[in-house]
Amino acid sequence: MAKAGDKSGGSGKKGLKRKAATEEAQEAAVGEDGTTESGVQPPKTAAFPPGFSISEIKNKQRRHLMFTRWKQQQRKEKLAAKKKLKKEREALGDKAPPKPVPKTIDNQRVYDETIVDPNDEEVAYDEATDEFASYFNRQTSPKILITTSDRPHGRTVRLCEQLCTVIPNSHVYYRRGLALKKIIPQCISRDFTDLIVINEDRKIPNGLILSHLPSGPTAHFKMSSVRLRKEIKRRGKDPTEHIPEIILNNFTTRLGHSIGRMFASLFPHNPQFIGRQVATFHNQRDYIFFRFHRYIFKSEKKVGIQELGPRFTLKLRSLQKGTFDSKYGEYEWVHKVCAYSMKSQLGNFKKDGMRIKPCTLSFEYLYLKLCLCIYSHELKLISDTAFWSRD
Amino acid sequence: MAAAAAPWNHVWVGTDTGILKGVNLQRKQAANFTASGQPRREEAVSALCWGADGETQILVGCADGTVKHFSTEEGRFQGQRQCPGGEGTFRGLAQVDGTLITCVDSGILRVWPDQDKEASSDPLLELRVGPGVCRMRQDPARPHIVATGGKENALKVWDLQGSEEPLFRAKNVRNDWLDLRVPIWDQDIQFLPESQKLVTCTGYHQVRVYDPASPQRRPVLEATYGEYPLTAMTLTPEGNSVIVGNTHGQLAEIDLRQGRLLGCLKGLAGSVRGLQCHPSKPLLASCGLDRILRIHRIRNPRGLEHKVYLKSQLNCLLLSGRDNWEDEPQEPQEPSKVPSEDTETDELWASLEAAAKRKLPDWEQTQGTLQARQRKKKRPGSTSS
Repeated sequence: MAKAGDKSGGSGKKGLKRKAATEEAQEAAVGEDGTTESGVQPPKTAAFPPGFSISEIKNKQRRHLMFTRWKQQQRKEKLAAKKKLKKEREALGDKAPPKPVPKTIDNQRVYDETIVDPNDEEVAYDEATDEFASYFNRQTSPKILITTSDRPHGRTVRLCEQLCTVIPNSHVYYRRGLALKKIIPQCISRDFTDLIVINEDRKIPNGLILSHLPSGPTAHFKMSSVRLRKEIKRRGKDPTEHIPEIILNNFTTRLGHSIGRMFASLFPHNPQFIGRQVATFHNQRDYIFFRFHRYIFKSEKKVGIQELGPRFTLKLRSLQKGTFDSKYGEYEWVHKVCAYSMKSQLGNFKKDGMRIKPCTLSFEYLYLKLCLCIYSHELKLISDTAFWSRD
Repeated sequence: MAAAAAPWNHVWVGTDTGILKGVNLQRKQAANFTASGQPRREEAVSALCWGADGETQILVGCADGTVKHFSTEEGRFQGQRQCPGGEGTFRGLAQVDGTLITCVDSGILRVWPDQDKEASSDPLLELRVGPGVCRMRQDPARPHIVATGGKENALKVWDLQGSEEPLFRAKNVRNDWLDLRVPIWDQDIQFLPESQKLVTCTGYHQVRVYDPASPQRRPVLEATYGEYPLTAMTLTPEGNSVIVGNTHGQLAEIDLRQGRLLGCLKGLAGSVRGLQCHPSKPLLASCGLDRILRIHRIRNPRGLEHKVYLKSQLNCLLLSGRDNWEDEPQEPQEPSKVPSEDTETDELWASLEAAAKRKLPDWEQTQGTLQARQRKKKRPGSTSS
């Protein structure tokens, strides 16, 4: 009794910080006292009906106090449980059960049935005879036309110029308000293989349309996080005329394969790499990150990279079969903004994980190290690239 | 094994790579059938229709001008015939009294005699329908009546036993509010049962009903849906509504009595190329450029039943109209016969069954999604088995 009195006499807040269990045990006996003093004492007495929750207290201050007290208690319990578990593990030593793997979005992904099996003949045939077959058979070499939406502002113009230096055999033309459907037949007659249109909104580039020309698919991307060369910190000097290598990461599903091939067909297909420049298209959770680097192998295991060139992020909005025709064209894939598609996108992505095709050079192993360096330095993302043995 | 199970396949799908796929929804298996053993893009399937005698034969129209006969009982291609003439792919394939009706893109409609009876491969009848044909459809109630329509090619109904002139030639609607001519692009045609009416869906997102019995040649009803070209259409079992699909993968059910939208079906990500409803069950099969065959339930409740990933772009499909969706009971006897054979073949069968079962966990997940529709979170699915 005296105890209860003391505690109530002391600062109310201090009194609150006792554990609820002990309080209720103590005050079960002094229930009556509690009820009479409930006006002064905070309501921590055993007068709680079962099923009572802190959120039912109408007084904000008291509710807050109760909640913070409950939270602290939870934290203490959690810490105690952790310590106990750790002690047990140490006690068991080698016989301890393996640590549980934490859940990440990557782990929880539902297996996407459209992930391409490398041995799949049907998909291999499909790819061997699709619109990019002539590029991959070395029958055509790429010639790109880069243009913008009408009346571009400085940022977009500079991005086009920089893209021109990054992509070999590309030409920038001013749009002059021409319709794309009229530009495309002219491009085809002049042997262009791809058309890139950078869309601009409010003076910043925000969209990219990539159309493969003779009859090929058209991909429409949303572009974000555009950084021009002067905005990139610690960058190297301007890129040279050498043809860059390409890295396509994580384009595993069938849709990813199509997009990956579209990107690959922008650059000349030449496995004899001259010049140490590399363009990377890294797909992670349906966002494609474009980076342009220059690398140098300092030793077998160490590689140094310098970021050159522009940097941007793309997200696919639609893939249309045939050249650009947004009204009457047939779409192979359209990004649907509805609850159904959101679920599947977060759970199992549309395009992830193409294995890097082995290049014909002898330093495959070093090449892989380069890729890992790029990601660990720049993007700090985990990529599951396989390790090739060095032959 | 795939060939043996062919009669029980529920859906037959033709692809861009020339493969005919038979999908069994009960056992959750999809099998590929090719005429030459290898997929060939020149043989891209552009039209499918049932052959004579119920659903035992399928006529497959390919891009190179051949029509192949596929037997579902035996599970293999039985023969083919050349149907030359005209440029473009087949836009319609039909079969009446043993003769074959084909229509190509450039507008040449031909009736071919039965190959077994007559040696000559000349067409019995040839009609010029007009260029730019998008669809030729046969009236299921009166097999000698066909309808054709296309881009800038108005709807025409032809009687193959009658004269060279069409029975019914549709007239274009009046000029619109700007006094401009409304363009014509009939993408798909269906005959409504128990009447002479026809429904068409156009590339300008209109659904129109024509009535040849009425004096007016203009459409009796017009409804619009969406902003993208409608590419495929099918009638629902009750016959009062149609389901249309457009190039964005949107499926909608439109009531033909009032011309209003009843509801939509979600899921497709690519252009809809083939749609068919089951004649009695409320099931809809849809296939498209996103390489996935989907079976939806169209009423109580509306939703996705099955989803099958078939690796090539799908062009057309045939849904089996049989009522018995289950397999015949003789199937389970096959595996029990096997253990009595050699041990070597035992291992072979074991590996084959493992291959067949491998598909199940994937499908079970999709089944699980159907049942777990109420659950907010997807359970972490097992990775590939």
